[in-house]
Amino acid sequence: MAEFEPKIVAFVCNWCTYAGADLTGTSRIKYAANVKIIRFPCTGRIDFMLLLKAFANGADGIIVSGCHPNDCHYTYGNFHARRRWMIFRKLIDFAGIDINRISFNWVSAAEGARWAEVVNTTVETVRKLGPYENYKQVALSIYDQEDKTHE
Amino acid sequence: MNELIAKAKYLLSSKTVDVVIGYGKGSGKYARAEFIRKLDDADKMIYNETCIQNLATYVQKHEVKHLGKIAIVANNYTLRSLLVLASEFQFTEGQVLALYITPENKIVEMPDFKSIEDHLATVDTGLKPDEKEIVDRIEKMTVAERWDFWQKEFAKCFKCFACRSSCPLCYCTKCMTESNQPQWIPVAASDLGNMEWHIMRAMHLAGRCVNCGDCARACPMDIPLNLLTYNLIEGIEKDFGAKAGMKATDISTLSTFKPDDKENFIK
Repeated sequence: MAEFEPKIVAFVCNWCTYAGADLTGTSRIKYAANVKIIRFPCTGRIDFMLLLKAFANGADGIIVSGCHPNDCHYTYGNFHARRRWMIFRKLIDFAGIDINRISFNWVSAAEGARWAEVVNTTVETVRKLGPYENYKQVALSIYDQEDKTHE
Repeated sequence: MNELIAKAKYLLSSKTVDVVIGYGKGSGKYARAEFIRKLDDADKMIYNETCIQNLATYVQKHEVKHLGKIAIVANNYTLRSLLVLASEFQFTEGQVLALYITPENKIVEMPDFKSIEDHLATVDTGLKPDEKEIVDRIEKMTVAERWDFWQKEFAKCFKCFACRSSCPLCYCTKCMTESNQPQWIPVAASDLGNMEWHIMRAMHLAGRCVNCGDCARACPMDIPLNLLTYNLIEGIEKDFGAKAGMKATDISTLSTFKPDDKENFIK
């Protein structure tokens, strides 16, 4: 059987990490192709439900990344985001969701090499953890229901 | 409780308030809410150990708001809920008169925010030792055990939303769970939808929940929903030194930030 290739979803902010990931490309730095980048105006805009939705739609790991503190394009979006992640991370850990699968980072527009490193480390961590079977099982529950209604 | 009945009658007859929200005899374990608008109805009021529902939940309802000025029988949780609602501009000072009942069954009138704040400053509003113990016990489990524990609990949920209706702070006219563009949470009860609903509900109460425990008491399937919020309350107090519902001018934890908030997981 082929080696397990984790699916990683990255929620990044437009101004820092997205530009940083662009720099990774223009600098011709190779990094794992497992990541699907979703661009947001700001980390403050990333609703916690989107992370749960990513897992429900088959993601094995998640990267959340934006501007370093004090670098936010909107002055304090990332400060709000930081608080939200502190609370959310504790809550989902308490609810039994594997927080090792979510990697929170600050990557600036100048840190192209660091973005490659963040992706590569996350892919390796999640590869070791394996597919997120628990969540996938639970996510299938809604299809069970839909099948029943169509019958 | 005669003193309470007399007080309600006085408030109504002197037109100080238009409705008194108190407790009446219920059909089950707990007393039910009574909305006293006529003098004679005041005799229905009771106050005993079955009266634990957080009546602040009705202050928000349109049909109650339209009745006019409200007097509300309150315990410490009710008072804190009122202050959170006030801090979110859901009613203004003077619209609600709190009738706080002391452990010695004395009635204390609290007409303004200051009197509520002063009172709350003197009482212990932290988690009780038994509540702390349950949180610790779950936190000590492995992730897999916690997952199984909660999946088993969430599986009981059939989305009656009693937790939402009972909560004084769940007052959005359009809840995210009813939003269908996009459909955040599957409508029918399913393992995924149940988990998403309960995590979302807890998260939307983060920094606002006053730990009255009505969500868990309202749950017909006995899901210990308040454990999720215990955990939040504990974390928020530790990380941000914040406690909901202590001041009418407070800003909830997630609506604000400090540039030096400390975490150890963002690389």
